[in-house]
Formats: sequence, structure tokens, C-alpha cells
Amino acid sequence: MTANLKTGASLPRRTAARLVAGKGRYTDDIQVAGLLHVAFVRSSYPHARLKRIETRAAADMPGVVAVLTGNDLAKVCAPWQTQLALLPSHLSPPQMPMAQGEACWQGEAIVAVVATSRALAEDATESVEIEWEELPVVADVQAAALADAPVVHSAMTSNLGLDHTVSTGDAEAAFRQAAVTVEHTFSFDRQTGVTLEPRTILAEFDPRLQQLTIHHSHQVPHQMRDIFAAQLKLPLSNVRVVAPDVGGAFGLKLAAYPDEMAVATIAVLLERPVKFCADRLEAFVSDNHAREAKVHGRMAVDADGRLTAMDVSVVSGFGAYSAYPRGSVGEALQAVHMVAAPYKMAHLRGRVRGYFQNKPPSGVLRAVGQPIATTVTEQLLDLAARRLSLDPAELRRRNYVDTATATARSAGGIVLAELSLERCHDRLLQLMDYATLRQQQRMHRDKGIYRGIGLAAFIEQTAVGPTLYGAQNVRASAQETCRLTLEADGAIRCATSITDQGQGTSTALAQIVADALGVDIETVEIATGDTQLTPFGGGAWASRGTALGGEAALRAARKLKESVLGIAGALLQTEPDLLKIEDGRIYNTASPLPQMSLADIATTAYFKAHLVALTELPALEITESFAPRDLPYVAANGIQAAHVEVDVELGTIRVLDFWVVDDCGRVINPLLVDEQIRGGVVQGIGAALYEQCIYGADGQLENGSLVDYLVPMASEMPDIHVAHVQTPTSATTLGARGVGEAGTVGAAAAIWTAVNDALTPFGVVLSEQPFTPERVLDALAARKD
Amino acid sequence: MKAPAFAYRRPDELAEALSLLADDGAQVLAGGQSLIASLNMRLSAPALLVDINRIGALRGIEDRADGIRIGALVRHVDVLHSPVIARQVPLLAMALPHVAHMAVRNRGTTCGSLALADPSAEMPALAVTLNAKIVLEKQGARRTVAARDFFQGLYQTDRQDDEMITEVIFPRAADDEVFGFAELARRHGDFATVGIAVRARRSGDTLENLDVVIFGSEATPLLSPATSALRIAADATAPMLADMAEAITATMEPMENHQGRADTKRKQAAVLLRRTFRDMQSRAFAGKGNGHD
Repeated sequence: MTANLKTGASLPRRTAARLVAGKGRYTDDIQVAGLLHVAFVRSSYPHARLKRIETRAAADMPGVVAVLTGNDLAKVCAPWQTQLALLPSHLSPPQMPMAQGEACWQGEAIVAVVATSRALAEDATESVEIEWEELPVVADVQAAALADAPVVHSAMTSNLGLDHTVSTGDAEAAFRQAAVTVEHTFSFDRQTGVTLEPRTILAEFDPRLQQLTIHHSHQVPHQMRDIFAAQLKLPLSNVRVVAPDVGGAFGLKLAAYPDEMAVATIAVLLERPVKFCADRLEAFVSDNHAREAKVHGRMAVDADGRLTAMDVSVVSGFGAYSAYPRGSVGEALQAVHMVAAPYKMAHLRGRVRGYFQNKPPSGVLRAVGQPIATTVTEQLLDLAARRLSLDPAELRRRNYVDTATATARSAGGIVLAELSLERCHDRLLQLMDYATLRQQQRMHRDKGIYRGIGLAAFIEQTAVGPTLYGAQNVRASAQETCRLTLEADGAIRCATSITDQGQGTSTALAQIVADALGVDIETVEIATGDTQLTPFGGGAWASRGTALGGEAALRAARKLKESVLGIAGALLQTEPDLLKIEDGRIYNTASPLPQMSLADIATTAYFKAHLVALTELPALEITESFAPRDLPYVAANGIQAAHVEVDVELGTIRVLDFWVVDDCGRVINPLLVDEQIRGGVVQGIGAALYEQCIYGADGQLENGSLVDYLVPMASEMPDIHVAHVQTPTSATTLGARGVGEAGTVGAAAAIWTAVNDALTPFGVVLSEQPFTPERVLDALAARKD
Repeated sequence: MKAPAFAYRRPDELAEALSLLADDGAQVLAGGQSLIASLNMRLSAPALLVDINRIGALRGIEDRADGIRIGALVRHVDVLHSPVIARQVPLLAMALPHVAHMAVRNRGTTCGSLALADPSAEMPALAVTLNAKIVLEKQGARRTVAARDFFQGLYQTDRQDDEMITEVIFPRAADDEVFGFAELARRHGDFATVGIAVRARRSGDTLENLDVVIFGSEATPLLSPATSALRIAADATAPMLADMAEAITATMEPMENHQGRADTKRKQAAVLLRRTFRDMQSRAFAGKGNGHD
């Protein structure tokens, strides 16, 4: 079994070649006879009363089958309301697939035109007449907080959707006694996920069987099955949700979107198959947004550079409704609770308030709030280092939390176990040749070249268990399940609750199963994303695929192996303990010659079971589930570094180099892990330098296209060097931690600290993300004046 | 994002294309890199698209007596890789790497970019800098307009609806001409926030007869009126070049948008100009010892 182990090998993603060759089968590629297409009339006002909707002219347009309003869909679809048991104040009004009476954000779906082609549907949307009465708009999060602010939705009495405090130790006293206190304000602009494949849904309803089949570009098909069944009042068993190839998700495809609920409802109402594929313009105004926050942070440090306290105040923007079913509080809560997570710090005071606004709902985006907490912490650490004339790396080295104890908690309550912060730190400094870079930085400064070196240590919450949503009464499963089957030809079928939107989890699972069973990886087939064919479980969220789905697969594989060897033992009249499986063949440990193959076992068990001299035939289909129940999540850790150059005349920033040392426990596939980290880093760089949903005070999105909403592109990206420290978690037998969000948790923070390090000679500290050239120039000009 | 319905014709002969263009609501489709996107976003709704991609007469870069001719079907990628352009119109060759991304350059055309007159595009600015001749044809008529007279406003040109730009003729660079180009874009290949193109003549130890065009920030390429007295001496210092740059950018009227306010763009243009002047100076007087800062 030591030969040809796949675990730890850099196998390419199984689907990569097929997808790159354009042979993907995405929801939009699925051919269905008699398919109808939906185009939505969306609100062009951020807040307006719908006084009258006139659909007759549109209904008479060529190819139009139906023109439906919110009232039409309400006959079939029940309203839903996001409720979090532990946060009763986080309450948005009941929601419907399309607005009824009142539109609360620009982009909210109002009317659905159903036609024989999308083009004809779009033609007809132009003939829908809506009489609007504009209502007062609350766009800016600070405006939403004002006492006399208008309300976002007339059913609400206040825009406040969260007011939460954290208090650990005595921060007040710690600040009084601090040798050095630093503070800074931080602004994070709204972003969105920008998946390559937009949100897409295809719904088919068979009225004879009352069977609803949904193909859905989504991360969590089992969650959506539960929701479709509940809202459309169908038995769960009558609903099937299939997520075929999905072109990127990033957390954006975790929510139940109203317009997607509308499509399922229309299929039931019309008893015809219907499809909706968001175009890029509507994606920008209807996909969940994220990150909008204003933060004021203070940090207290003693004379030796030991971090003693932080005081953080966060104001977060929720948008018009709380995302369903997971709510919109994650970003805000993480922004406070994750501060200083990698560091020993006894005192924390934090307050976070979240406000509803007339903007698209905010929701999950890769790393949820952790980038905000990391940025605030790391930037304040750098400011403290400056005040103490200490090297920023040295300051961090003095403060890492001691994680020898397996149940340490940060001041924010983050559970820290078996981490490797110091090892990652030391490895990073060596990898990047930190000392040389610092030397070169001084030489360049003398020549008027402003380079900066930025560090960001981070904790990543991965493999989140049932305490997060279970305690909130949110039906989002944290359990992952694997069903392994020995096929009649000796191949292995692995049906997993995990879904794969490009992460490569399927490949990692195949590696785990192949090794645990001792079979050729090519004989392991992975099935994902179909509620009818795959076992119940979470899907893809909170960096769980390999860590939890892999654990379930490993446990199932071990049991299946036991079954196989049990049967083999009976057939070979040998103790199973003396048998092993290698390359799909069964060997007696005493002999180099294979005794039989897995196909022989399957053939015998399935067709000639009378030949097996066992009272009970061991099962050759095994289902195993796993959820971390002793820990809320499995923390991973690492450190990132950015090297940047700021053109102080043009205001532009070039990222010269980037390094990450990550500890995601046992690495199953280094290639996939590195790709996850690099992709995450690129999203973090995008946040720090490029991405922003620009809203005017009137609540209108002013940059709703990829010409104006800048995503990071290859030309601007540096080489991203990745190294690993491996500390297997004891929470599982597999030992893998999650890694999907690691890059994003820390990358923006590393850019913040690097850019502000470059600007040190000017005494300037930027405070608004993204760092546009104008913001850089304005900050420099303000300081010079 | 589906285009509204339109009629589509793909003639093989220029005459037929011109006759189709005589109809109201007809529009030329060449590379389609801006047109198709605007159709799909329903920002424009032409009744008829006249696809000129089969018209052989519109192809080709030619070194002719009256200059270097670029036909209406010449793609940015053709210009980028043309040895004739590299030798005879070096300013185009300098600028082309900044034009969009490879996929766009593979389809987008020089003449299409001139016809659209996007304020952020490079081609109109280059044509103005070099005062290229733009040839417009319609059924039964052909005229030539100097690029400096062609661009009238934001997406507005002297071209009439029934006219097609069939070619543009760039003057051949003289031996004593020195060129400079720079632009600021948030990401490589994006439309420029602000860009500059410069032509000058070397005379002894100075660069003179400066033509400076600023684009991206302005509604149309701005040919600076402030350059007649300006010279770049071989020993001009950085502060002197900076003063020149500021005199030029003082005449800018930048559009304010998400890429920046007017004062920011003016500041950035001045930096680009100063650096480009410096670069031109060092190329023109290589080995002569530049001025000291």
C-alpha cells in the first residue's frame, strides 16, 4: 500500500481538461423539449411603491406565453422570512419571489415575462408598464443609522438589523495602561462574487407525478430541495435538485434567490419547463453583495510590543432583505469576533451594528468577514510597530497565540487548536527573504521608488460544524456523507454530499478513496450534486469539501475494504487480516501473486452469493457521515506577504510578489490546494485594489458591468508563491483542514499593510478599500498640505 | 442580454455595402467588439447590420505614395504585427500593445475604432496626433477628412450615417521625428483613464514642433494648443519638463467619472507627459548626455 499512493500527489483536477475544452455541461446547456425562457422586469428604483402594473401589451407580444406579477406567484409560493434564533433583532420582512406592492432595491424582480426564447421575452419586457411612486431611499450605511432615517421597507420600524457586543477582559483598563495606543478607520466598499457562470436555474414540473425537477447552478442542492419543497408545498420526495457543472460560486450561490424561487414557481404554475440565466447586468444588481463595512479600530500594546487589547466598532450594510436562509449577519459578526485571532490578547471590546439599506441583499462571499477582521488587526499591528520602532515581523513573532493547548480561545471567542503560527511565520520570512527585501526597500526609497512589504497572519474557520446554523434554527446541514458502492465490474462509485464548483474536491475524494481501498484512482467514479443520486449533506460552504467530505469518504472506504476482505477471506479460506488490496487486486501478504480482483469479488457477491461461506454477506454499499460535533469548526492558519510598489505620482499600485505559507493540515493534493490559495489571494487582491459596487446616494448602482466593475486580471497578478506547514487536525482521522478561503482571508490585509508600508515616508495611512489611484493621490495630497 | 431583432446582410462588394448603407437604420459591422456588446445591452437597435467582412477591397495595410493605408478590415492584431507599421508609423506600433486584450485585438479594427470615437480609445488619438487622413465613402461619393477635423464630440464624428470609413492613411514618419506614447489604465488593456501621444522633430540639440494629444480624459482627443513655443532641449532638466507638462495639461477639460475627478486626471496627465518627454529626450539624444535633474 505504500507504492503509488495518491494522497499527497498533485493530480490535476479531473474535470479541468473537459471544462477548458468547452465541454462543460452547465445548467444553461441542458436541452429540454418545450423549454420556456424567463426575462424579468426589474425595479429601476431603489425604493418605490408599485401603483399599477400593466402587462396586457407585453402578453400580446410574439412568443410570449405568460406575463406574471408577484401577486400571480403568491398563489403558489408561500412567503419566507429569514429568522435567526439567537439574533431575534435580525429580521427582515417576509419575502416573495417578486415584489408585491413595494420594491426595495434597484434590481429587485417585479414582473416575469415567459416566452419561447429569451430574446422574445426581453422584447416583451419593454412593453410592461409600471406606475411607480418613488419612496425615500436609504443607501449609505451611515445614513441608514440616523435616527430620522426613512425605513428601507414600510413593514419595518427601524433599519437596525443587528446590534451585538463582545467584551472579554477589561479593555478599558488595558488601554489606560498601554505603552502605545494606535487607532485607524477603515472603509470596505461593497463587492460581489462575479462568478464566470451567472446564476442559472431550469425548473421542470411534471403535473402527473407532482414532481419538480430543478437544475440549478448552486452550491447546496439539498438545502435548496428543502426550500423549494417548503415554499411550493410539495413533499420533499417530490423535489429533485441537480447542480450540474457550476462555473464558480464563492458563496454567492448559497442563497435562495427570490428570482430563482420565481422560476420554480412559474414551472409549477404553468406546468411547463422554464429557464432563467442571469445576464451580467442583472447579476450585478441581483446577486448577493458583501463586505460593505466601516470600522474604527484601536489597539493597545505594551512597551515590549505585546498586544494587550483591541477595541473595534463595526457598521455593516445588509441590503434590503436578510439573505435566506443563512441571514446577512455573518460578515458583521466575523468582522468583530475574528480580530486578533492569531494573537495572544486578553482584552477585547467590540460592537457591531448592521443596517438594512435599499441595496441588494448582502450575503456570503468567500471568507465572510474574516478579511475585514484580519485587515483591521494587521494594519493596527503595523501602526503599533511603527510607534515602537519595531520591525513588523518581529512584533508579530512576539504575539502569536500559544496553541499547544488544544482548546485555546482567542479574545473574540475563536476556538484555536493545534495551530502552527510561529512555524508558518518563520517559513515565510525565509521563503521571501524578508531581510534582503527590507534592505532593498531602503535603497529603493533613496532613489524615489516606494516599495512596501506587508504581512498578514490569519486564522481561517474551516469545516464548520452544526453549531453555527443549527443553533440558529437554520436548515443548513453541516453533515457530509459519502456512499461508496462496489460496482459489479469492480469499479468504485462514490456518491458524496459535497459539491464541486471548480475547487477540485471530487479529485481529492477520489484520491482518498483510491488509497484507502487500494484501487486504481481511474476506477473511482465520483457523483455529486444531485439530491436523487447523492446522499444528504451540506454541499460546499465554509471550506468543508475535503476536510469533512473527505473524512466521510475515508470512513466509508475503510468499511468497504473490510467488507471486501471479509468476502475475499471466505472465498480464499484465509483470515481477512492476512489479505490486502493493491491496485484493485487482492493479495495474500505471504505471496506476491494476486489472488483475485475486486471484479471477482463483485461478481461473486452479486451473482453467485451462494458460493460465499458467510452467514451474513457484508454490505458492498457503505454510507458514512461526518460532522465535527466536538468543535464548532476546524481552525486553519497561515501567513501571507505582499511586496508592492506605489507610484506616488500616478497613484497606481503594482503587486510585485506574493507569498503564502498555509497550514491546512494534511495536504491531500498540493496542486489543488495551491490553486485554491492562489485563487483566494487573487480575490483578496481584487478587494484591496479593484472591486467596488459604486452606489450613488440615490441608491443607483453606477458601475454595473465588467467594463466598470474591475475584477483582478492575470496581467496585474504577481507570482503567488505557496508553501505548506502540515499540522493534521485530530478532529478527523483524515487530518485535513479546509483551505478554500485561506487566500481571501489574508490577502487584502497583506496588500493594506504593504501599500501603507510603502507610504510610510509620507506619513500616510490609507483607509478606504479599494485603493484607487485617486484615493492614493488624495491621501498623499492631504498629508502634504 | 439578447440583441433586439435586426436584419443582416453580408455583401461581397463595396458598392453593394454602400448601397445598403443608404437605407435608414443601417450600420456597418466590422470587428463588432463594441457594436455587438451595445446591441446585446440594447443600447442601440439598428434595423440592418451590413457585415463588411467579405469585402476583399477593404483588407490590407499598404505602403503607398500618399502614406500608409489601413483598410477598413485591418484588425488591431494586423497593425501590431505589421513590419510596415513598425517601420513607417512607429507611433502606432508603440501604442498597439496598450489596445485592449488579445481577444479584442484579434477582431477589432482600426477604422471601426475611429468610427466609434470612444473617448478612451487609442486610435482616434493617434490619428489626431499624426493628422491621418480618413477616407469616407457613400454611394456615389468619396471624401477625405483630416483626423483633426473628424472628431466632433463624445462618440460624434464628421461621418454621416450613410458613410463608411473605408480606409485611413497615416503619414510616413520622417527620419527626424521622435514619438512618445503613454497611458494610465487601472488594468492592462482597459480603456485609458488618461493617455498621451506625442510627436516631435529633432533639430540639432532640441526636439521641437511638438504635437501633443491627450485622450481618455477628454470628450475628444485634445491636440494641445499650448505646444508651439515648447521645445525639449537635450539638456532640459526634469523640472523644466514638468513645467512644460503643466502648461499643456492646463488646457485640459477632463470628464469627471469613476476613474477620477478632473484635477486628478490633470495631475496624472502631467506626470505621463513629463516622463514621456524624458523618455523621448533620452531616445533622441542617446549618448549625448541628458540634462541633469
